[in-house]
Formats: sequence, C-alpha cells, structure tokens
Amino acid sequence: MKVNKNEVWTLAEVRGKKIHPVSRELLAWGRELADSMDAPLASVLIGCDVSPKADELFPYGADKIYVIDDPYLDNFLCDSQVNILEDLINRFSPSILIASATTQGRTVMPMLSARIGCGLTADCTELSIDPVSGKLIQTRPAIGGNVMADIKTRGRDPQMCTVRPKSKRPLCPDMSRKGDLVKVCPSSNLMVSALEYLGFSPETSVGLPIQEAEIIISGGKGMKNSKNFAKLEELARLLGGTVGASRMAVDLGWAPYSAQVGLSGKSVTPRLYLAFGISGAVQHIAGMSGAETIIAVNHDPEAPIFRVADLSIQGDAMEILDGLIESLKKRQS
Amino acid sequence: MRIAVLVKQVPAVDNVKIDENTGTMVREGVEAELNPLDLHAVEAAVRIKESMPEGSVEITAITMGPPQAKASAAYAVSMGCDRGVLVSDKKFGGSDTLATSRTLAKAIKKLGSFDIILAGERATDGETGQVGPASAEFLNIPALTYVSSIDKLNDKYIEVTRSIEGGHEKLRAPLPAMVIPVKEMNIPRLCTLGGKLRAKKTEIPLLNADDLDLDENSTGLKGSATWVINVTYPQMTRQGRKIIASGRLDETVNSILDFLDEKNCLGASK
Repeated sequence: MKVNKNEVWTLAEVRGKKIHPVSRELLAWGRELADSMDAPLASVLIGCDVSPKADELFPYGADKIYVIDDPYLDNFLCDSQVNILEDLINRFSPSILIASATTQGRTVMPMLSARIGCGLTADCTELSIDPVSGKLIQTRPAIGGNVMADIKTRGRDPQMCTVRPKSKRPLCPDMSRKGDLVKVCPSSNLMVSALEYLGFSPETSVGLPIQEAEIIISGGKGMKNSKNFAKLEELARLLGGTVGASRMAVDLGWAPYSAQVGLSGKSVTPRLYLAFGISGAVQHIAGMSGAETIIAVNHDPEAPIFRVADLSIQGDAMEILDGLIESLKKRQS
Repeated sequence: MRIAVLVKQVPAVDNVKIDENTGTMVREGVEAELNPLDLHAVEAAVRIKESMPEGSVEITAITMGPPQAKASAAYAVSMGCDRGVLVSDKKFGGSDTLATSRTLAKAIKKLGSFDIILAGERATDGETGQVGPASAEFLNIPALTYVSSIDKLNDKYIEVTRSIEGGHEKLRAPLPAMVIPVKEMNIPRLCTLGGKLRAKKTEIPLLNADDLDLDENSTGLKGSATWVINVTYPQMTRQGRKIIASGRLDETVNSILDFLDEKNCLGASK
C-alpha cells in the first residue's frame, strides 16, 4: 500500500465563540482515514477567542490543531474563511480536508474548491481509503437516496468533501490524549471580509435543528390541522427530540421551512424518526430513509412510508399521539 | 440593474414511484422540469424587477445542459425573465460541480456585468448545492447562501436574512453578489398564458465551448476533479414489525413504548 504521510484535516465548526459538537464527528471520520493512511490527523479551528477551547478537540482524536484566532474572525464570513483556508493549504499541503455539510461547510467548501481548483464531494455518508491507490473514496447518496455513488478525486490535493451531520458518532473521549497546538497568523488582509455581519436572532422552537437532532418527531397532512400538529412539540419535549414536517405540512403553514424533511427540505439521519400522518412520498423518504430506526403511524395500510419503517402502526395518528403523550407524562411524574 | 438567474433542468420527481421489488426510483418516461428550488430564485429576481421603476431591471435566465434544457430557460422567461440563454456543448458533458461552475462563470462573464446573480439552493437530482457558491468564487464575488429574505437593496449593496441552523442571520454584501434563496423566501408564481406566449416568441441563444473560450481540459469530464467510480442501489425497504391498532389504545401505545425502550430512545423520559 502506498503511504501518504500528508495530514488529514477536518474543519472544526465554530458557532458564536463555541466549538460545535459536529466538530467531534468530523474527527471520528478523520481518525479512521488517518489511521488507514498512517497519517496524522489535524483540525483547523478558525474564530475569535477560540484558542482556549482548542484543547477540547484532542480527546476526540486530533493529533494537531491549527488555530487561527483573531478579533476579525468574530463571525463566520465565507470569504475570509476561504482566504485563510487557501493560505493554510498552500503552507501545509494536507491530503484530505473534511468539513460538515452544514450551512457553513456547504458555503465555504464549494468556494474553496473553486479557489484552489480541487474537487469536492457533497454530503458524504461513507468515506474510505482505496488500498491500491491510497486515495480517498467518497460515498454519497444521489437521486433521493436510491443510488449510492462512490466518487474519487483527481488532480491536486487536498481531496475534499462535506459529510452529513449525524452520520457518524464521535469517538469516546480519551481525556489523557494530548497533541500539538499550532498557532497560525495569516496576514490581516486575508481576514478582512467584504461582508458585514448585522446580527443573529435564534429560533424559538423546541430542541436542536433537525439536521442535528437524535430524535425527530415528524408530522404530515394526516395531522389534519395546525392545532393537532402543535401537539408533536409536546411529544418532542417528552422524548428530547425535535419536530420535523413533510412538505405538505410546511406548505399548509403548520411548520416552518427549517423543519421540512425531504428532497426540497433537509436530509436527516437521526437515531429515531417517528412519523405521524405522513404517507411517505418519494421526496419525503429520500430525506429520512437513512434514519437508524423509523416508526410510522398512519391510517392507510398502503402508505408507502410503511415500507421503510421498522415499526408500522396502522391507526389514528392523533389518537396514538395523545396516548403516547399521556403515557409518557405519567412515567415522568 | 442587471440580474442573472442560474436554472437547471431536472427529472420531474412528483410523479415518480418506487419499484416495489428493487426499492429504486422508477425514472422511465419521467418528464423533465425546472428544478423546483430554482423557481424561488426566478421568483426573487422577478419580484426585484417589479419593485423597481419599469424598464430599470433586466433579468437573464441562464441554463447549462443538453439542448432540451432550453425549455427551462424558456420557463423562466414565462415567469417574467426578459431573456434566456442556453449554455450547451457536447464538450460540457460529464462536468462535475467544479467544471460546471467554471463553465457557468465564463458564460456569465461573456454576457456582461451583472449586479445580482441568483441561483437555487441545490438541484433535486444531484443534490450537491455546490454550483452556486463555486460560481460566485469563480466570478470573485461574495456568496450569500441560504437567504430567506432580501431586506434592502440599492445600487451599492444588498442586505439579506439567512436561514441557518438554530436561527436567522443578517448580512450586508456589496454588489455584485451571488444570492441563493431557500424555499421560505417566496412562493413562486405560476406562469400565465401571456407569459407562455412571450416565452414562445423569445429566442434562447446558445453559448458553446468555442463562444466561451473553454478548452476541453477545463470543462466536461476532463475538466472535472471528481468522478464516479462505482454505483450501487441500496435496499431502502425494511422488514419491519406491523401493528394494526384496533380497539385497545393502551396496548398500541405500550408496544410503541416497548419498541422505543428496546431502541434506547426513552432516555429523556425515564
């Protein structure tokens, strides 16, 4: 096997001034690849006042962390991120760069790909190293998850991809694990952005964003009205989950677009997907068939969603939802 | 003000069925349509035009694909774009997102300077969402992705709200800029009969590899940095347990709770 000693990099995700947990998943992806290539694993951490938090990443598998810490980098602005990453890649020549398929990763990685002329594969769900060439094989679902495509990158390194959040678990943290902290100071003109940040207003809905949720309680047209739909939030609260929705429910105004699961919404890979009153159009199934466990409740015995469900309940969605809420409340009191 | 909208023709998925035996999408005889998420970009462009003095905004819809993709540019015209352009050449075939973005950026430059370029969040066939931001980079302009509303626009800059994980962010960018809307930005209009007639009369000019001065190493298969080495068809259907809820609700509820417990999904409620 050809051994490539150039580093495997992950792009740590910083939101506000915190390192987002998805950065740990990236290290789990990176560790596997780095081990099979016998190469070091490094994480790139870009932000303002992030240096003191860099140590958080070593227990999850990083051998090295490149820190770019500057007041200019107070907010995520894609153009300065691209400038900095281009500079780092030219200096240190990593063989692979992995980012998360979040709004940040899906913005900065395509721009970086165009800037440096490297290939990029979106939204991968599997990564491996080809034992013959030592090159990265990127696997991603296409055509609504009906096809899995294995993709290779040619031309100059790094080989770049984004990976779908929640498609890998972080490694068990090893608190004794230490690594190298490398502070990099790019010239300040690289850190200046053409964009001006004007503010952020958080969403008030229950739980995590659906792409990051472990448990999703989802509803469709079968919920019949917005009042019924709102009850899903109660179950989500009881189970520690987030509310999702079919396109129909979003179009009817029962849920925000940010909750939409499917081809024209978000693709999700939670541990549990609980669908109430969703018949399971092709477009919806495309967005949720990767869930570890799927439970579907629908009155129609022919509902297509039953074909991808691990547990199918043919019955009245409202009645069963109410029953579950009541029963869970009793357990918790 | 000049606006460009990037649109793509995709296989229509609305009427697609899953083959029961193989669990794969039935694509035979499926019609093509304008990518549903691109409709929001076209709608955004037309609304900008409507908000400005008449005659002050011109919108060009640009599509890249095989000759029949012309229909997508024509559809954008029927929604209110002033003209459409087809970027097409056998040499463009097999382009990955990098080669596609490079080609589209060349086409945009060839068509003159634009103040705003709009693109859909992603196409429902490839589902990469990479072509918009990468094209912006090839044009050396900022990209505003996941935009849920345009809050302010003048001839110098644009202010937008972005829909990102956990909330909404506001940004200001100088023009020219790439703006990539998400679905929540607007409800795309249906094209009127008048629009359809206008689209029929509108010529959709062609730009090919020679027009764009692109050699075969920078576009198409040869100009691509990624390529597919293998394709598999995963089994999507699962052999799950089935319960028919009859008279006793508590029994049904208990079997769901037992199943959740078995899958360790009752952690938060114990």
